[in-house]
Amino acid sequence: MSEENPVATVAGGGLLDRRLFLKKGLVFSALALSTENALAVVNNAPRPPWTAKPGQPFSNYGQPSQYERKTIRWTMGNAMAAGNGVSCTPLQDLEGIITPSGLHFERHHNGVPEIDPAQHQLLIHGLVEQALTFNMADLQRYPMTSVLCFIECGGNSNAGWQSKPVETQVGYFHGMASCSEWTGIPLRILLAEARVKSSANWLIAEGADASLMNVSLPLDKALDDCILALYQNGERIRPENGYPLRLIAPGWEGVVNVKWLRRLHLTDQPVMARNETAKYTELLPSGKARQFSFVMEAKSLITQPSFGHKLNAKGIYQISGLAWSGRGKIIRVEVSADGGKTWAQAQLQEPVLSKCFTRFRIPWHWTGKPAVLKSRAIDETGYVQPERAELLEKQGAHGYFHYNAIVSWEVTANGSIHHVYA
Amino acid sequence: MCMRKIVAFLLCCAVYPVCANDSPHLGKPAPQGLEKAWNGDIFPNGKGLPAGSGNAITGKKVYTQYCLSCHGVDGTGGSAEELAGAKHGLTDNPPDKTIGTYWPYATTVFDFTRRAMPLNAPGSLNHDQLYAVTAYLLYLNHLIQETQLMNASTLPKVKMPNRNGFINQYQAR
Repeated sequence: MSEENPVATVAGGGLLDRRLFLKKGLVFSALALSTENALAVVNNAPRPPWTAKPGQPFSNYGQPSQYERKTIRWTMGNAMAAGNGVSCTPLQDLEGIITPSGLHFERHHNGVPEIDPAQHQLLIHGLVEQALTFNMADLQRYPMTSVLCFIECGGNSNAGWQSKPVETQVGYFHGMASCSEWTGIPLRILLAEARVKSSANWLIAEGADASLMNVSLPLDKALDDCILALYQNGERIRPENGYPLRLIAPGWEGVVNVKWLRRLHLTDQPVMARNETAKYTELLPSGKARQFSFVMEAKSLITQPSFGHKLNAKGIYQISGLAWSGRGKIIRVEVSADGGKTWAQAQLQEPVLSKCFTRFRIPWHWTGKPAVLKSRAIDETGYVQPERAELLEKQGAHGYFHYNAIVSWEVTANGSIHHVYA
Repeated sequence: MCMRKIVAFLLCCAVYPVCANDSPHLGKPAPQGLEKAWNGDIFPNGKGLPAGSGNAITGKKVYTQYCLSCHGVDGTGGSAEELAGAKHGLTDNPPDKTIGTYWPYATTVFDFTRRAMPLNAPGSLNHDQLYAVTAYLLYLNHLIQETQLMNASTLPKVKMPNRNGFINQYQAR
């Protein structure tokens, strides 16, 4: 151990053993600031104001601290149509794996409908023995289950296709991905009740918004793990996330997770809606386009530190980030601090769940020299998140959707952090 | 139900702690007319297309009144996306994706316009207006003649240049 780097590294650029923080005492005895002064108690000293008077009364619905008001969704609506656009989750400000419901990303095609649940119903029809309607009150009596899963817009991270690295915070770049506990009725239960005919292979899901947004979904997926969610993170789904009923298709691109669900049409073919032909298809260099590429492939990114953060001093930092895969569980995340020359395994925070955000962390000793931080995710199918050059080699630069390349953050000698292609 | 679906169904029962046997069966037979009123799905073969008709001449009037302010003169784009007037093809850099160069089915134009447009008053155009504005967009993309009438019979027959431009990525398990 050198004087500059008193803890053994496990890879280049100062990466430390992922279990370091879990080895009680080691770091703190070696490196942590003395806490003596901080803990010193002086009798009769003036008390901080919030300890010298009664606090605020109870509230009907809690709000974030007044000191955290910068942690917000960034909204990007169409100037001519405020309800057409997106808002992004500020991933750079969050920890853990659950996205607060009020910070879940949004993609609306024509605004958030204000649906009265008493007037809302779900129609299941088409290739079924009996077309059925369900009201929201009756759906409450059905057996429910929870799925903890990410939802990621197919267009998330699309700035990555640009020839120059976009310099913006993680949320603006990758924040069309969020993760919630969704609770509702396994879709196969309602399909069984309507008795799906053997000729059905697809279902067309439609929302009750001003664009009557619709999209086709293979019946296999519906029977596998789709749920009709009534709840998000324990409470009824927020209007902007699909109140009162949302189709959840775990691991699949956001557009098929139809909000404000009102209709499921069982068919023998996809409808070829605008959102599965003109949009959400990926143009390849050949001029052909990938269609029905539902699964969001494995992806990871370092959220701390990232663009917009600044390292103010040399020393130990905790690298923290998110990884996810639409094919199942993340089994490993590797981190590099030397631009990809060497890699070290990051600690995965339990629980590690299928098709769900997985938080990874690894301690890093920054010596004050320039460094390039990267992370790459590997899922249980063995899929390895590609470098950007690999992705472009395979799919060209004009696919727009399904960008999942490794993200590189350059740390300069003054501690500022930049997005680079490296 | 084919074997594949039976297997998928049984698998789900194993994975989820809840099963169809627990279902209270509260679905009500869909009232007559509801399915008809709600089902606006239009398929590539024209299934679902309503009665009515229109051509590009009347369509231009509809477009000018309801679409031009966002989609621009001749569909070349504005605050909303470009619909026609592609300057180059799909293998160029950057590629130019319009109805004419990219959309595989003409029926999708009618379907999407009926469900979602115009943004400030979706559902306000009647079927003749919808056929007409669809005809105008196809005409702007040099896919039909200005006087050619679009209706439930003619629209699905319009040859779209990129009809075979898509590769289905979905593999059923």
